[in-house]
Amino acid sequence: MSRLITITINDKPYQVEPNQTIMQAADKLGFHIPRLCYHPKLSIEGACRVCIVEVEGMKNYVASCAFPVSDGMKIRTNTQALRTARRDIIELILDNHPQDCHTCERDGNCELQRLAASMGIRARHFEGERKRYEKDLSSEAVIRDPEKCILCGRCVRMCSEIQQVHNLTQAHRGFHTVVMPAYNMPMGESVCTACGQCINVCPTAAFLEKNYTQELFEKLNDPNLVKVVQFAPSVRAAIGEAFGLEPGLNMEGQLIASLRKLGFDYVFDTQFSADLTIMEEASEFLERLQSGGVLPMITSCSSAWMKCLEQFYPDLIPNVSTCKSPMSMQGAITKTYFAKKKKIDPRKILSVAVMCCTAKKYEAARPELMFDGMRGVDIVVTTREAAWMIKSAGIDLVNIQPEEPDHPLGISSGAGAIFGATGGVMEAAIRTAYELYTGETLVDIEVEAVRGLKGIKEGSITMDGKEIRVAVAHGLGNACRLLERVRQDPSRYHFIEIMGCPGGCVGGGGQPYAQINSIPLDDENLRKRAQALYDLDKAKTIRRSHDNPDVQKLYKEFLQSPLSPVSHQYLHTHYKAKTPVGIIPRNERTLSGDSK
Amino acid sequence: MTQNQTEKLQAIREAMLAARNDAHPESHLIGILHKVQDVFGYLPREMMDEVAQTLEIPTAHIWGVATFYHYFNLEPIGRHVVSVCMGTACYVKGAASVLETLKKELGVEVGKTTSDGLFTLQEARCLGACGIAPVMMIDEKIYGQLDSKKTVDIINQYRKAAAEEKSAVGAETRRGKP
Repeated sequence: MSRLITITINDKPYQVEPNQTIMQAADKLGFHIPRLCYHPKLSIEGACRVCIVEVEGMKNYVASCAFPVSDGMKIRTNTQALRTARRDIIELILDNHPQDCHTCERDGNCELQRLAASMGIRARHFEGERKRYEKDLSSEAVIRDPEKCILCGRCVRMCSEIQQVHNLTQAHRGFHTVVMPAYNMPMGESVCTACGQCINVCPTAAFLEKNYTQELFEKLNDPNLVKVVQFAPSVRAAIGEAFGLEPGLNMEGQLIASLRKLGFDYVFDTQFSADLTIMEEASEFLERLQSGGVLPMITSCSSAWMKCLEQFYPDLIPNVSTCKSPMSMQGAITKTYFAKKKKIDPRKILSVAVMCCTAKKYEAARPELMFDGMRGVDIVVTTREAAWMIKSAGIDLVNIQPEEPDHPLGISSGAGAIFGATGGVMEAAIRTAYELYTGETLVDIEVEAVRGLKGIKEGSITMDGKEIRVAVAHGLGNACRLLERVRQDPSRYHFIEIMGCPGGCVGGGGQPYAQINSIPLDDENLRKRAQALYDLDKAKTIRRSHDNPDVQKLYKEFLQSPLSPVSHQYLHTHYKAKTPVGIIPRNERTLSGDSK
Repeated sequence: MTQNQTEKLQAIREAMLAARNDAHPESHLIGILHKVQDVFGYLPREMMDEVAQTLEIPTAHIWGVATFYHYFNLEPIGRHVVSVCMGTACYVKGAASVLETLKKELGVEVGKTTSDGLFTLQEARCLGACGIAPVMMIDEKIYGQLDSKKTVDIINQYRKAAAEEKSAVGAETRRGKP
């Protein structure tokens, strides 16, 4: 530990660590300096100037997010002059911002709105020229609305530094600056992977998911449709936050009951098809392992990762599992097996998915996933949209009596539940692959090596004397560094799990916005959501996918066996190289370490 | 593409390959974009793509740089670039009305090129000729003490020169035919 230094904040002396910024030191001492462009996981931008403080001896106010503490420094955080300056800064930002708070999707969830309120801004003093731009509605998943943008640059840094997709830039200059993809390309034609992390970190509504709630409400009222819904593992671990509950509560039963009240005829669980995915994926892995197929095999559950693969890593397409994602498998089984069993015309089924993810909207529309001329999933709504619909319909998710999912696509194992956390798919696959390969049951099924928020995790398991080396990456930036290792040494691993979002699906681009006094993608919050899923796993009697009785029945009655021709027809897909080609700077690909 | 342009393009590609191996390829970006503009008069999208792929710099970053600097043109430019000085001295002496005259006479907005491809209209900051304000620069040549009539006359001189050149070329072509 380095020697402590003394600083003074608002006339009181404190002993603090050197080599940190004023904001970091102040945070630890309980002074919350207002901020806007700052995010602890991103580089320091210092653009918004909201976090200015007074430092004795300095001519001007300094940005506390960027200014380091030094011994003897005298800091003031809340003088009248500072309050006025900060208020003016926010007022000037507001002046160049639409005055439509009460009709804005982020109303009640907007950091700019909160700041304005906390500064005591109760009137607009400045009326000047305001920027005006069209919304970019071209993407299936992510909407860009430059009019709402306040140029904090968090999205640009998230997209470049954490996801390393580098789709966004601040183009042009001064008053004309706009956040956009290269050449002002529509988002739908850009290298955007649809992960939605720009939405998560945006303080305003400059990025939003493409909203399907109105269309869904209409269809829920159509008496000619059979309405079927599935929901992803991590939705249950996060939706409570949208209702003001603490993070990490498992709201599974309440969510099922609420979806029924919304008007769904059948509420299924995507965890069922997570088990199904494991049956197919583990079998595919063993087939590759035993017949000298392409290894390492890489998982294909994350739709943002799939789009990233096709644009950034086309050379690795042969490594990626042909399995559709659990959502798409569930959609396919709903419109085939379930429809046949219930004697329903599959064209009359409205197949809806509630997902923690924005990229699933893009995935559901992929033509490669169609079968018998149909989409497996007709509408995808995010956790946020589902929470809004439930509130809008006057359903009390918090106090509702919990209910069970419907059959035959509702029962799931603990392995299906942990899909939502980074490393979960790998852990679930190991539980099943081990038994399929050795014929023995794996006793110690909790694979600690692949759990947690480390950027790249490695582990190994011995099956019949054979060492299987596995690796797990979450967030596309970590994936990039892991895949660079694979390119350099293809024999280093046998099996790899990649999730596009930080923390895996629990940190998805469609999860509830950060609550007051929280920050987007806070590690503690991600850990709590993941823990809810691990607890769910622990509480289940069935913890291995192949022990799921309904999955066994599905194979017996319809699919025959994993990798059968019927399975291939409905549960597998293919990928191909797509443009525009993604470019990742060389020095970022070869970064050692595994930052978050 | 002329022989000269082809040679210059070849030199750019060699410079890019050298920059690619540098520890910081991005530090060569602006220099290379300058060279591209020198060849084409603007930054064609295909060339920005090529620079991105060769230097392994994300296309969005190149777009950020290309749009930030006033110097870079993102659209093809005309044969003659007309820059009106909007510096303080020129502005006080009536630069705004010179600019209005040019917009009307050429039928284009600032930053745009006439449909015949002859002129691109631009604004400039101080051109350093405040003594003869208001001024405009056509290519490398400065014209001072402008008013509306003088401005139009100068433009017409360029138009006349271009027309004469065209008919001379036409006559030559006709003579060349049997």
